[in-house]
Amino acid sequence: MRTAESAAPGAAAERPWHYCLEVRDLTAGYAAAPAIDGITFAIHPGQMVGVIGPNGAGKTTLFKAILGLIPSRRGTILLHEADAHLQRSMMGYVPQLDEIDRHFPVTVEDVVMMGRYPRIGWGRRPQPADRLAVRQALTRVDLLPHACTQIGRLSGGQQQRVLLARVLAQDPHLLLLDEPVSGVDTTTQHAIFAVLEGLRDSGKTVIVATHDLNCVVERFDQVLCLNGRLVAYGPPAEVFHEDILETTYGSHLMIVEIGERRVVVADEHRHRTK
Amino acid sequence: MGGRSFGHWSFGEAMIEFLLAPFEFEFMQRALLGGVLVGAICAVAGTYVVLRGLAFIGDALAHAAFPGVVIAYLLKANIYLGALLFTLGTALGIGFVSRRARTSYDTTIGILFAGAFALGVLLMSTIQGYTADLFSFLFGNILGMTGTDLVLAALLAAVVLLAVGLCYKELLLLSFDPTVAEAMGYPVQALNYLLLSIIALTIVVSIQAVGVVLVVALLVTPSATAHLLTDRFSRMMALGVLLSVIAVVLGLYCSYYLNVASGAAIVLVSTCLFFLTLGLRRLIPAPTSPR
Repeated sequence: MRTAESAAPGAAAERPWHYCLEVRDLTAGYAAAPAIDGITFAIHPGQMVGVIGPNGAGKTTLFKAILGLIPSRRGTILLHEADAHLQRSMMGYVPQLDEIDRHFPVTVEDVVMMGRYPRIGWGRRPQPADRLAVRQALTRVDLLPHACTQIGRLSGGQQQRVLLARVLAQDPHLLLLDEPVSGVDTTTQHAIFAVLEGLRDSGKTVIVATHDLNCVVERFDQVLCLNGRLVAYGPPAEVFHEDILETTYGSHLMIVEIGERRVVVADEHRHRTK
Repeated sequence: MGGRSFGHWSFGEAMIEFLLAPFEFEFMQRALLGGVLVGAICAVAGTYVVLRGLAFIGDALAHAAFPGVVIAYLLKANIYLGALLFTLGTALGIGFVSRRARTSYDTTIGILFAGAFALGVLLMSTIQGYTADLFSFLFGNILGMTGTDLVLAALLAAVVLLAVGLCYKELLLLSFDPTVAEAMGYPVQALNYLLLSIIALTIVVSIQAVGVVLVVALLVTPSATAHLLTDRFSRMMALGVLLSVIAVVLGLYCSYYLNVASGAAIVLVSTCLFFLTLGLRRLIPAPTSPR
C-alpha cells in the first residue's frame, strides 16, 4: 500500500491558526444526565489525537457534538477560531462501520465521489478534476481496482477504507474517525494508520476514537481520556499511567503480562473484582 | 372492441393491426401519453421510495389526497390543487405530530392516513347523486384524461424532474448516508421535506391514471424490479422508468382487448414483471446479487 508523501515537519508551524480545534466547556447528551460534561481542550494543526474511554464514555457523543449532529447544552466549539458548525465541509467524519447501508446501489467510486459534493456545489455535475481526486483517494487506500464494485460486496475492512477514501476526497482540515480499525484485520489497521499519519504530516488534524489502547502509545501525538468528563489530555507518555487509566476505565481495565511486555486491555464487558 | 375478423390478412398485417388499433382512438392516445408520463415520474420518485422504505408513507400521502379531491370537487375548485394541499399538508403533519405526540413515524402515518381517507369518504357520502367522477379518483380513469389534464400533468412532471435533476447528488447522499450528509453541512431536514414534496407531487399527477388506492404500486413495483437487475443508482432509475412504461403500454392493451379496468391492469402487469424478473434471476447466476 502506498504511503502518502510526507510534508516537511515544519509545515504545521506555518499554519496561520494557533489551534485547529478548540472545545470549551462542552456539555451534550439526550438523557437527563449529559453524556459528556464540561469538556475543554484544544488541538494544534498537524496532530493526531486518540480519544479513549470505555463504552458509554461519550466518545461518539463528543464527535457528534463537535460536528453539530446533536445539539450541545453548553459550550463553544471553534474551528480555526470561528464557529465550527458554520464550517462543516471543513470537517470530515468517518462514522462507525455498522451504519453503512450495504444493499444500496452505489459503487465504491460513487461513495468516494460523495466526498466531493460540497466542492462541486448544488446543481452541478462532477468534473474531471473531481474524478481525478476520487481516483487519487482510491489509490491511496489501495482500492482502485474495486472502483466499480457495489459497496455491499466488499469486506468490512475494504468498506472502512472506502469511507476513509471518501473523507480523503473531501480534503477537510479536521478529520474525526469513530473506531476506524475495530473489527478489521491487522494489515488493514496498519494501512489505515499509514494514511492517517500521512494526513497528519501534511498539516491536517486527525482525531480517532479507539478501543485499542496498545496502538495509542506508538501512534498518537496526544491522548484524550474520556469518561463522561475529561479525565486527562496530553502526550501518551504523560497520560498512559495506571492511575489515569483506572480513572478512565474504572474497573474495566486489565493489564496482562505477555513475556516481558505489559499489555493493557480494555475489558469492556466484565467488572474486575479487587 | 377487438371484434374484427383477421381471417383475410397475413400474420404480419394482423400483428400490426393488433398493435395499432387501440391507438386510432384519441382517448387511447391521450391515455398512452399520460400513462407514460405518470409511469416515468413514478419510477423516478419510486427509486427513493424503494431504497428508503417510504412505501407506507407514500401510500398514506396518496390516500390523504382523497379528501383534498372531494373538497375541491364540492367547491368547484382545481382538483390538483386540492389534492396537493392535502398531500403536502400530511407530509408536513407526519413530522410535526410525531415529534409532539412522541409516537413512532409508523404510528403517526397510520393515524393520519386513515383519518384523512375517512374524511374523504365521509364527505363523498354527503353528495346526493352522481359521484362516479370521485370514484374515478379512487381507482383511476386514465382513459378519461383530457387534453388539459395532459398539459397540467406534463407541467407538474417537469417540476418533479427538474427538482430531482438539480438535487440529484444531494438526494443520493441523503438517501445513502444522512449522518455524513448532515456532518458535511447539508440541511438534512429540508432535503427530507423536499423529497417528500417530490413524492407528493408525483402522487398528485398520478392519481388520475391509477387512482389513490393503487398509485403506491406504481411508486414501488417498477423500482423494486429495477433494484433486482442493477447495482447502480442511475441505472436503477432508468430501468424503473423503462419497466414502468412497459407496464403502462401492456396494461392499456389488456384494458382495451380484455375490457378490464386500465389502472388495475397496469399495476398487475407491473407486478407480473416483478415476479418474472425474480424468477428469471434465479435461473441465471446473477452477478448482481448482493452477499
